[in-house]
Amino acid sequence: MAETKDILTIRDLHKDFFIQDEKVRVLCGIDLGIAEGEIVAIVGPSGCGKSTLLRLITSLETVTSGEILIGGEPVDGPSEKCSMIFQEARLFPWLTVRENIEFVISDQYARAKKKKMALEYIELVGLSDFINAVPNQLSGGMQQRVSIARALVTRPQILLLDEPFGALDAFTRMNMQNEVLRIWLKDKTTMVIVTHDIDEAIFLSNRVVIMGKNPGIVKKTVSVDLDYPRDRSNLEFLEIRRTIMKEFIES
Amino acid sequence: MQLFNFNNKNGTRKKWSNIAIAIVFPILVLVLWQYASTHGWLKPSLVPAPLTIWKTFMTYLENGKLWNNLSVSFERVFAGYLIGATAGILVGFLMGLIRPINSALSGIVSVLRPIPTIALVPIIILFYGIGFISKVAVIAIGSFWPVLLNTIHGIMNTDNKLIEVAYTYRIVKRKVIFRIVVPSAIPAALTGLRLGMSNAWTSVVAAEMIASSTGIGYLINLSRETANTRVMYMCVLVIGAIGLMIDRGLTWMEHYYLRKTRGLVDQK
Repeated sequence: MAETKDILTIRDLHKDFFIQDEKVRVLCGIDLGIAEGEIVAIVGPSGCGKSTLLRLITSLETVTSGEILIGGEPVDGPSEKCSMIFQEARLFPWLTVRENIEFVISDQYARAKKKKMALEYIELVGLSDFINAVPNQLSGGMQQRVSIARALVTRPQILLLDEPFGALDAFTRMNMQNEVLRIWLKDKTTMVIVTHDIDEAIFLSNRVVIMGKNPGIVKKTVSVDLDYPRDRSNLEFLEIRRTIMKEFIES
Repeated sequence: MQLFNFNNKNGTRKKWSNIAIAIVFPILVLVLWQYASTHGWLKPSLVPAPLTIWKTFMTYLENGKLWNNLSVSFERVFAGYLIGATAGILVGFLMGLIRPINSALSGIVSVLRPIPTIALVPIIILFYGIGFISKVAVIAIGSFWPVLLNTIHGIMNTDNKLIEVAYTYRIVKRKVIFRIVVPSAIPAALTGLRLGMSNAWTSVVAAEMIASSTGIGYLINLSRETANTRVMYMCVLVIGAIGLMIDRGLTWMEHYYLRKTRGLVDQK
């Protein structure tokens, strides 16, 4: 692994939680390098600490031991190079679509510039007709589109997605996966996507990291060398699916 | 109120029958009450007949006595509510947002809050005498508590998930407070303002026990002294009806505001 090119490096990462004064090891010795422009999917059983890993990268949790480097710099507080997309859209219900997106843009930009940036990303996610709608007037899929636009408007180098489509129905989920790929093909933002959907992992990523639990470790990494857009019923696709499923069944 | 209804086939019919019961039953009570009164089963000196109360109401409406007293009460309630609600919002935000202020005041609040406003009347008279200010003070205290408690509750219940979003985007503290925490508290604060208004209106009788010569509360006290049961009942019912209208009106405004600004009424 060519470490110099990695935009995100995780070295010997440990994370303990204290539950009623009892130490619980959630992550144990995670090593992971993610290259610029890569899409890496992290899959694993619930409780393996895959979401905690993303929360550690964004400083929503503190590291017990080990290192996280973003662009070669150790993480110290939430980085402007990262944006996080959560399972729930987490929009502000009292702000319109445009205001929700403008909210995260640095106040050093002028009002007009902010508006222009927001509109650009609203258009990117196909919500130009809903600029002045409030979140409660949008469907779950549309809300998640707004949250994607909000994540991208700060021009992050890394996009972290924590089970982003887990709460959506199957049809909407597939649409959103295509949407994410379309955005990625445009500007190749590095993405780390945590998911429990193996098809989603193979459909989107260059590499699938399989985690095991008690404590959370990296069990195996599977490369996905298929051209985009991928066919979910293609033989090679299914072969990779079988390999990953086998890991799951063993755990 | 929707009770469990597993039978979908009869769903709509059941709903209509519920509405019918809700209308018919109170009418039935009134009819029985009237019947009992005309047959001498109820003493008029204790419970006057509904029609007698209605006639008294019309007389007082026509001779202006009702409105003259009500308007004075409205003035007192309005002034008291304005003071109590403003104080409730201000102190509520200070206590909700600033930890040391919360620590300093929460003990005092929990001791003072359970005291019935009427128990404070003698102390208030000591301070402000028996004039307009005393009456306003009683109402202000009554409306202060629900506004205060709901405002604090609203601030404390800000969704931590939204705070996390702000954190990952490095939003400055001032913006987190004024654009996330404060708007989060608005629905609860509005509920507080509505309950505060209800409390203000219900404390008007207590307030007007202080040496009044006008007001709907005074009218009740006067009717007690003169043993005029009809006026007493009429006033009590008028207070109830106005209280209901105020509550319905404010509930409607609350929902209208939330629907306009946030799409839906918060179910929480």
